[in-house]
Amino acid sequence: MDLQIILLLGQDGITNGAIYALLALALVLVFAVTRVIFIPQGEFVAFGALTLAALQAGKIPGTVWLLLVAGITVALLDGINLLRERRFSRLPPLLLANIGFPLACAGILWLVPPGGLPLWAQVVLAMVLVVPLGPMLYRIAFQPLASAPVLVLLIVSVAVHMAMMGLGLLFFGAEGSRTPSFTELSFEIAGAPLQGQTILVVLASAILIAGLYFFFERTLYGKALRATAMNRTGARLMGISASMAGKLSFTLAAAVGVFSGILIAPITTIYYDSGFLIGLKGFVGAIIGGLASYPVAALGALLVGLLESYSSFWASAFKEVIVFTLIIPVLLWRSLTSKHVEEEEE
Amino acid sequence: MLRKISLAVLAAFSTAVLADINVGVSVSATGPAASLGIPEKNTFALLPQTIGGEKVNYIILDDATDPTAAAKNVKKLVTEHKVDVIIGSTTTPNSLAMIDTAFDSKTPMISMAGNAAVVEPMDAKRAWVFKTAQNDAHMATAILQHMVDNGVKTVAFIGFADAYGEGWFKEFAKIAELRKLQVVASERYQRNDTSVTGQILKILSAKPDAVLIAGAGTPAVLPQKTLKEKGYKGKIYQTHGVANNDFLRVGGKDVEGAMLPVGPLMVAAQLPADNPVKKSALEYVTKYEAAYGKGSVSSFGGHAWDAGVLLSATIPQALKKGKPGTVEFRTALRDALENVKNLPAAHGIFNISPQDHQGFDQRARVMVTIENGTWKLIK
Repeated sequence: MDLQIILLLGQDGITNGAIYALLALALVLVFAVTRVIFIPQGEFVAFGALTLAALQAGKIPGTVWLLLVAGITVALLDGINLLRERRFSRLPPLLLANIGFPLACAGILWLVPPGGLPLWAQVVLAMVLVVPLGPMLYRIAFQPLASAPVLVLLIVSVAVHMAMMGLGLLFFGAEGSRTPSFTELSFEIAGAPLQGQTILVVLASAILIAGLYFFFERTLYGKALRATAMNRTGARLMGISASMAGKLSFTLAAAVGVFSGILIAPITTIYYDSGFLIGLKGFVGAIIGGLASYPVAALGALLVGLLESYSSFWASAFKEVIVFTLIIPVLLWRSLTSKHVEEEEE
Repeated sequence: MLRKISLAVLAAFSTAVLADINVGVSVSATGPAASLGIPEKNTFALLPQTIGGEKVNYIILDDATDPTAAAKNVKKLVTEHKVDVIIGSTTTPNSLAMIDTAFDSKTPMISMAGNAAVVEPMDAKRAWVFKTAQNDAHMATAILQHMVDNGVKTVAFIGFADAYGEGWFKEFAKIAELRKLQVVASERYQRNDTSVTGQILKILSAKPDAVLIAGAGTPAVLPQKTLKEKGYKGKIYQTHGVANNDFLRVGGKDVEGAMLPVGPLMVAAQLPADNPVKKSALEYVTKYEAAYGKGSVSSFGGHAWDAGVLLSATIPQALKKGKPGTVEFRTALRDALENVKNLPAAHGIFNISPQDHQGFDQRARVMVTIENGTWKLIK
């Protein structure tokens, strides 16, 4: 094992670690705000990557139909409530956002052949198609259970994951896809080749993390989310809507997931079920941060990436074992150092 | 009275069903082996609807690449649907999980899985089990022969960290030792891995003349892409598990030059006219592509087709010994399957014997390379 190999492995680990870090942050965010352990996080990675791949192949991705169906479901759920409460003025914006918008997306895809669009437009289109699924998912699956115990939310989360994975197989087929590189640049550092794509992943992740930090520190919505995370009841008394906070956190999580998917799609082949494992590694990172601390979660995820990379060199057959066994000492250490607080029953 | 009538109706109804031949199918149309299971499932729509003048019903169940589900499926097929023969499953672990029920109910079973463990070592249970896919050993010898012929002395192995990769490594290492080839590195990866840099760096530091990648479908692209990216110049071999067009689509220029053994149907049109498999292989390719579009054929669907070929050849003989739905018919079908001789199919020529329930020989494989995004026969 010479310096070059150490460098290459480190580079590989940091690239994957950056993606895991993004997902870990999204998991911490969703858990802090809604107490949902967001297992479908990984599905957004796969959906984002595969939607982009489908667009590039000039096909209409199946996520459009999912968006339409989810939108109509949300419109029905909320619409009936509004009708019952006779708040008719709120109906048009609701219909516009949940039915008009997906229809507009489908219309654009119908009119403009997606294969011919420039890459950035395809990326934007993929984001626009998949990200709204986040808040819709929250409205359909989690909002009715918002005050349920963590365990119930976890079970629902698993169910959503299974459903989305099945839909993924239906939409994208069993075989994977890879998208072309964003950049063909390549450098050499200390004799080790460094791909431009790798730098792009690390840079984009860093920018996104900085953006999230800014969002939470400087904007009203970010502060509202933080307040909800700290004390749900208190936040509600201050006029922060719990369902707004939930939807917003799911939107952010979906956006982060889709963005990560688009970032890694050129590096590796993504399958309809790839997301789960990627998300799970982000989850290990989030656990290291106790599902509460953002910086520790990000560092933990980076550690997972590096550990994965070096263990794939030393003992490739046991790589996953090593990565997931990491959780045991972390949990031990956490349970020894932190005081266990019973979850308050509502 | 009502009960009597309903019983009578039921009895009349069930005899009507029993007159047909029921073929129970369990395939892995979802889950990790879905890319193999889907073309197999598609193929059953193309199989003959009547054999020997009797109507054939195909009851197709999905086992989601889960051995437990496969075992459940086969129980359901045998007890509820009273099938005369079982076809399935796609993968080795799933097929192994089905053997016990096939034996207990005295129902012949035709597996489409690769590993020889499904039909070897021959025992009382496996006497009821047949297999249409080439044994991994068939394919491994073809690769090793090609390596030896081309002066390869050292070889590195990277395969799936599951039954497929392990099965290949065992076969490959065994034959490599016999042929005096040195295996200098043996690495594993997961089909969902986003990076194999670590494994590839380790392989590169061993400086092998050739690398064998034992993966199925598109996940086998990643090691080859990484090898090229890191500047590997030696020969790269793949296994027949990658022989579908998605592999070419995802691999693109990264998989150019890879060499692999496949069933002859993948290059049926390129086979010389005197090849005995050419006609039967082309028949399947034409039918499949007519139904599912040009270029859609994959070698996996061929295994399902070959199960149909076996049934078409043996059911008429079994019909002479007993009626479908009876144990006599099933036993006769098993005996007939065991005595299939010189039967051309999509993947080779079946010569089944009591010791060998697979029945293919070296005519069931050819070496191909990937050139300009298509499979090209190595002459």
